[in-house]
Amino acid sequence: MPTTPHILIVDDEPNIVMSLEFLMRKNGYRVSIARNGTEALEAIKQSPFDVVLLDVMMPDVDGYEVCRQLRQLPGQSHTRVIFLSAKSKEADIQKGYDAGADLYIPKPFSTRQLMTTIKELIGTNV
Amino acid sequence: MNTLLVICFSFGYLALLFGVAYAAERRSAARRSLVSNPYVYALSMAVYCTAWTYYGSVGRAAYFGLEFIGIYLGPTLMAPVAWLVLRKIIRICHVQRLTSIADFISARYGKSAALGALVTVVCVLGVVPYISLQIKAIAASFDILTGGGQGSMLAEGTVASSSALITTGALAFFTIIFGVRSVEATERHEGMVLAVALESLVKLVAFLAAGLFVTFGLFKGFGDVFEKAAAVPDLSRLFTLDGAGTSGPQWFTLLVLSMSAILLLPRQFQVSVVENVNENHLRKAMWLFPLYLIIINLFVLPLAFGGRLLAGQSIDADTFVLALPLQAGHPWLALLIYLGGLSAASSMIIVETIALSVMMSNHLLMPLLVRLPPARAESPSWFAYLGQVALHSRRLAVVVVLLLAYGYYAAVGHLLPLVNIGLVSFAAVAQFVPVVLGGLYWKGGTRQGATAGILAGFVVWFFTLVVPTMVGPNLLPSSILEQGLGGWSGLRPFALFGLTGLDYLSHGLFWSWFFNVGLYVGVSLLRMPSALEQRQAVEFVDVFHYRTGFEGPAGWQAGAPLPDVRALLTGFLGKKRTSQALHAFAERFPEVPDASENVATAQADPRLLAYAEKLLAGSIGPASARLLLSSSVGVEDISFDNVVGILRESQQLLEANRQLQKQQRQLQRLTGQLQVAYNQLQELDQHKDEFLYTVTHELRTPLTSIRALSEILTDNPDMEEEERHRFLLTITKESERLSRLITLVLDLEKYESGRATLEKSLVDVPDVLHDALESVGQLLRDKQIQLDVVVPPGLPLLPGDRDRLMQVLVNLLSNAVKSCRADGSGRISVVAEASADTLRITVEDNGKGIDPEFHQLIFDKFFQARNQTMRKPEGSGLGLAITKKIVELHAGRIWVESQPEQGARFSFELPLPVNERMSE
Repeated sequence: MPTTPHILIVDDEPNIVMSLEFLMRKNGYRVSIARNGTEALEAIKQSPFDVVLLDVMMPDVDGYEVCRQLRQLPGQSHTRVIFLSAKSKEADIQKGYDAGADLYIPKPFSTRQLMTTIKELIGTNV
Repeated sequence: MNTLLVICFSFGYLALLFGVAYAAERRSAARRSLVSNPYVYALSMAVYCTAWTYYGSVGRAAYFGLEFIGIYLGPTLMAPVAWLVLRKIIRICHVQRLTSIADFISARYGKSAALGALVTVVCVLGVVPYISLQIKAIAASFDILTGGGQGSMLAEGTVASSSALITTGALAFFTIIFGVRSVEATERHEGMVLAVALESLVKLVAFLAAGLFVTFGLFKGFGDVFEKAAAVPDLSRLFTLDGAGTSGPQWFTLLVLSMSAILLLPRQFQVSVVENVNENHLRKAMWLFPLYLIIINLFVLPLAFGGRLLAGQSIDADTFVLALPLQAGHPWLALLIYLGGLSAASSMIIVETIALSVMMSNHLLMPLLVRLPPARAESPSWFAYLGQVALHSRRLAVVVVLLLAYGYYAAVGHLLPLVNIGLVSFAAVAQFVPVVLGGLYWKGGTRQGATAGILAGFVVWFFTLVVPTMVGPNLLPSSILEQGLGGWSGLRPFALFGLTGLDYLSHGLFWSWFFNVGLYVGVSLLRMPSALEQRQAVEFVDVFHYRTGFEGPAGWQAGAPLPDVRALLTGFLGKKRTSQALHAFAERFPEVPDASENVATAQADPRLLAYAEKLLAGSIGPASARLLLSSSVGVEDISFDNVVGILRESQQLLEANRQLQKQQRQLQRLTGQLQVAYNQLQELDQHKDEFLYTVTHELRTPLTSIRALSEILTDNPDMEEEERHRFLLTITKESERLSRLITLVLDLEKYESGRATLEKSLVDVPDVLHDALESVGQLLRDKQIQLDVVVPPGLPLLPGDRDRLMQVLVNLLSNAVKSCRADGSGRISVVAEASADTLRITVEDNGKGIDPEFHQLIFDKFFQARNQTMRKPEGSGLGLAITKKIVELHAGRIWVESQPEQGARFSFELPLPVNERMSE
């Protein structure tokens, strides 16, 4: 059996973190939580993640920057990055992909669709 | 000296001058003009210095000291003004083809023939005695040189009439061959000008030679002459102006008269205006001519004193210049000086006579001839005949003028003291000053005004300045001087209307100008100028606005057959000049059918008629030209109504033009404003987009939680009860957040659109504050924040909307709470204070603070949109925007003072009604 996939949830909205955490645990993943950009950067330097769920708008370091830095790290070469953002403009989405995202899902999102997508991404990764 | 020798020299000299003149005209024809330069122009102006200067100045100086200098100071002082006045006159005369002062005045005041005739008569009467003075000077100097006559010369002369008659004849001959060879007077007399300039040089050299001879030959220099003169009491008196007996008014009169003369004497007008080649020559002449006057006057005093010291009373002072060298045994030097005097006199006579002859022909004879019945026969041969008549009449006029001068000399000249004839002449010409200056700068002068002014001035001039001279020779009874005309004492020539205390020249000038100016202005104001007068006034006063003689309103109606006009011009100008002129016109106005081509049916363009009129004016004067054109070619002179119509039309055009320019400026301004408005709109549009985006973004966050949690609850019916409850609670909270947001957005929209109104009442500030603190109490307790409230007693009641103010306070308080740390270190202080007219409330926290660069932006509802990836610390992003709106609705202001990590202090001030402070 492969190791349990490790998910990093990055968002400054506690209620959203709460729902995402419930979902991930429910599906049997390991979950780490970062409540802002700085915490997220610390987390990705310490351990590799299979999937990072990344908010864009945060008080300190924004999601784009976190993604860009993540792509520089050798330890995160297999990491899948999914942006979950209320910013839904075409330009914002493009910016997310430019920063190195695997997927950009606008908020509000469907939890079922999100889970299907995550499972697919983890499957190809394995 | 031998008479024959002197005669030979005299004629030889004049013949030499003629040779020079002839050569000059040949060169001029070959376009290598010797005359077209400022030096010749300035020298020709020196025709101002006549035999009166040459002989008379010394005579005056011998008894009246420096008084003689007055008439040279005037022109010198005039020099700077010349650029303004003289240049304008020159421009007008060139544009309108005017050739004399009579032309000028007549043309200015509606091309009046009568006015031209009046001016001519005044000129002739005023100037002929002056010419006779010159004739007398030549004759007398001739007699002195040949030993024919002894003694006095310019005063009480007993000179042989034969010399004078011969002189007159010779001068008439030379004048005619010098100046009256072509009919078109505007064609300049280059030969004559060069001859006059040369004569000016000769008289200067000869006079300086006389001065040098006396000063350094007979005396030992200037110092010697003046020292010896100072030793004689009668002469030393002349060293001061006071001692010489010249009063202030007299000086003033001399200055004014000579200023008038330099401008308006017929000969000065001829050389400085008609013969001017280039306006720019005036620039050099402006200082060259005064310089000439200074140089020629250098030796006047030494000669006068020298003469009085050496000859005493035995020789007439007027003859010192010639007599002193002769007495000292230098006949050749005397001959040179005689030739200098001849130069001075002959140049004056020639130029003056030419000017007068043109005036007489154009203003006395031509207006009569063009009215003759044959003139209406439209026969070209009649025009050609008229052209010949014009030429012959001018020659005749030369002879007439000189005969008049001789006659005056022969009849009364030997009886009258001639000393002041020059100044009396000046005074006659000065009568033109008001109408000329008025005509140059005032558009209101009329023909009647000008006529009345000149006539009155002339009559007074005659009565005060000429009548007294007739008493001496017993032509009039002396009772006129003592008892006045007809025994009425108010009409005494020297004390008109009882005015005494002035010398007779100042007295005459005062009264003549008094009536002249008074009637000119007074009569002119009596009625509106006629159409023609108005047009001419515009062309004179605004001459610098028109560029060429082709322009300006035409004043003729089309209708004359073109061949007739051409025939008329050919008659006066000759075939060659006519076709040249018509070609020039065709080049200027290509759209007008070419007048030089033979199209029998063509009608002359109104502009061509105006041009033809000006061409003819150059030959026969403006008044005659107008008469001729209207009577012989059969064109209708434009009616008064038509001219008024044209004027109004052009005024309307001007007005329309001004309007257009104004509108253009307005349009430009509007365009600018539109551009600004458009930019603002675009910005606003962008703001609206950003706002919408921000709002939807803010809405998405709670919506995301609600959706996610609901889905989880649906998909996981087997959830733990506690967790299920927590999720449901969160959903409720997020829904509340959503509706709060929507309310805020709608609120803000209401404030933005200006639809928000305040429900004003008198608000008790401590009370509202209390309620606001109450509503955030739970938040404060959650974060363990320490609260300080400072509310002084006796705060005035505040007029305002209680609920809105409450909203402001809650907003600021919850912001403060949000910014504080939750570790128990948070502090918030609220302070209320009142000044005379404002109430200020401050909410201060010790939280994370705000960077100064955001101090303005945080009150902006778009703040978050601009910082799209950086979330504002906490809150909707609309609270402060709404807070600000509410404060502003209360006519107050709100601001923040803060540094990062130093806490923030939000303050707002609201105005209090004056004198309505709550009392204790």
